[in-house]
Parts: sequence; C-alpha cells; structure tokens
Amino acid sequence: MATIDAPRTVPSPARRRGRGNWEKWGWIYMRVSGVLLVILIFGHLFVNLVAGDGIKAVDFAFVAGKWASPFWRVWDGLMLWLALIHGGNGMRTLVNDYAYRPTVNRALKWAIFLAVAILIVLGTYTVTAFDPCPSDPSLSFCQ
Amino acid sequence: MWSWVLHRITGVAIFFFLLVHILDSVVLNFGPDAYDRVIGTYKNPVLGLGEAALVAAIVFHALNGIRIILIDLWSKGTRYQRAMFWIVVILWAVLMAGFLPVHLHNAFTEGQ
Ligand code: HEM
Repeated sequence: MATIDAPRTVPSPARRRGRGNWEKWGWIYMRVSGVLLVILIFGHLFVNLVAGDGIKAVDFAFVAGKWASPFWRVWDGLMLWLALIHGGNGMRTLVNDYAYRPTVNRALKWAIFLAVAILIVLGTYTVTAFDPCPSDPSLSFCQ
Repeated sequence: MWSWVLHRITGVAIFFFLLVHILDSVVLNFGPDAYDRVIGTYKNPVLGLGEAALVAAIVFHALNGIRIILIDLWSKGTRYQRAMFWIVVILWAVLMAGFLPVHLHNAFTEGQ
C-alpha cells in the first residue's frame, strides 16, 4: 500500500479572523452542484454522443438546432457555471494539498480563478448571444 | 483510498477538458465554417478513443461523487461505503457497456 503524507496545514488557513466559514459553503456547493451536474452532464452526453448519429452529427447546424430552444440554452448555461465553479473549487483543493510554497500556491489559485472567470464570461456570451441565422440563413428554423 | 485517487485524477482530467471544450464552443461565434473545422477534429478514431476515456472518467467521477455525498450525509453511509464502491464499479461497467459500442461505432465509421 502506498503511503501519503499526513494532512498538513494549508499555507493560508481557511478561517481567518471574522471571515465567516467559506470552506463550509464550498463543501456544500461541491455536493449540491455535483447532484445537479449528474443530471445535466448525463443528459448532455446522451443527447450529443448517444442519440442519433452521436459525435458524427455534431456540427454548427446541430448546435444551432438545439439552441433554437431556450431549454437547451438554459441547460448548457447552467452546466457551464456549475461545472466550472465546481471544477475550479476542486482544483483549489488540490493546490492547497500540493503547493506548499505561498507564492506558488497563490499564483496557481489566481490562474485557476482567471481561467474560470474568463471562460464563464466567454461561455455565457456564446450561449446567450449566439445567433446562427446571419451566417447560415439556409438553416430550417431561420426561414 | 483508490476511490479517492481515482476521484482526484478524473476530476482534474475533466477540468482540463472542460477548459478546451468551452473554448471550442466559443468558436460558434465565428460562423459555421470555423466551428465545423474545429469540431471536425473530434471526429476521428484517435480522438474517438479519447472521448471514450473521458466519458469513462466522467461517469466514474459522477457515480463516486454520489457515493461521497451519501457517505457524508446518509447516517448509514460510512457503514456501506465499501458496498457502495462496488455498486459504483458495477454501474460504471454497465453504463460503459451501453455507451462504448454506440460511440466507437460512430467514431470509427466515416462521414456525417
Ligand atoms: C458529474 C457530476 C459530478 C459529481 C456528482 C461530482 C462530485 C464531486 C464531489 C462529491 C467531490 C468532493 C468534494 C469534496 O470533497 O469536498 C468532487 C470533487 C472534485 N470534482 Fe467533481 N463532481 C462532478 C462533476 C465534476 C466536473 C464536471 C468536474 C470538472 C470540471 C469536477 C471536478 C472535480 C475536482 C477537480 C474535484 C476535487 C477532487 C479532490 O478534492 O480530490 N467534478 N466532485
């Protein structure tokens, strides 16, 4: 059996004076978002990879067809936010576990935060503002 | 302990794929030609195997995630944690047995 280091003190302790218990909310968030993500991701994988011709059918027109209905825009938008924040917070746990040096620890957490924030902005813009019709008026629902 | 290692590794792998996957979706804003070229790179046997591995990772992480939640919140969760691990493994195998033939068929056959 491999051995791992005993739990160790994080460079920047979670509880600093008077900051409330953010770690508890993170813990709850990981679980609530996890339950929702099971439904969202399994549905996403089934519709995009299993139903019909699966990966072969996925192209601009396929996404345009799905996003013709607000239902899938909300679905994908929720998945975007929940998964990025869940994954980002999970990555923060790993950084706290493995990056001992305070500067490295802080730099990595900033990188994760920036990646998550930028992708939430870009992704939210795409899933809300996307309009296929100017570039491909031949799509059936554009006529 | 191995369920924990696997949960970690799959979580990280999914996170990095998610970053790429959102960026490829952002290409939708650049019109059909650009998007179809980018998404076209997913449609070959090599990436088809990559997608299969990714789905395997996500399905494990999701099922084991539910197990973690049950261990934390269900009063009998810790008592049944080992049994639940085997349930995770069996459910994972069943779901992958359903998914793999369909997906590998699509990934290894030509055309739209
Ligand atoms: C499909 C549904 C999912 C479920 C049920 C789920 C569940 C969980 C749970 C319960 C944890 C443990 C949190 C803790 O110990 O406080 C966790 C950790 C994690 N998850 Fe997920 N998750 C899901 C999807 C995802 C996705 C899509 C990503 C990537 C974007 C992801 C990345 C991570 C990472 C990186 C961790 C941290 C691993 C660690 O601390 O060892 N998860 N997940």
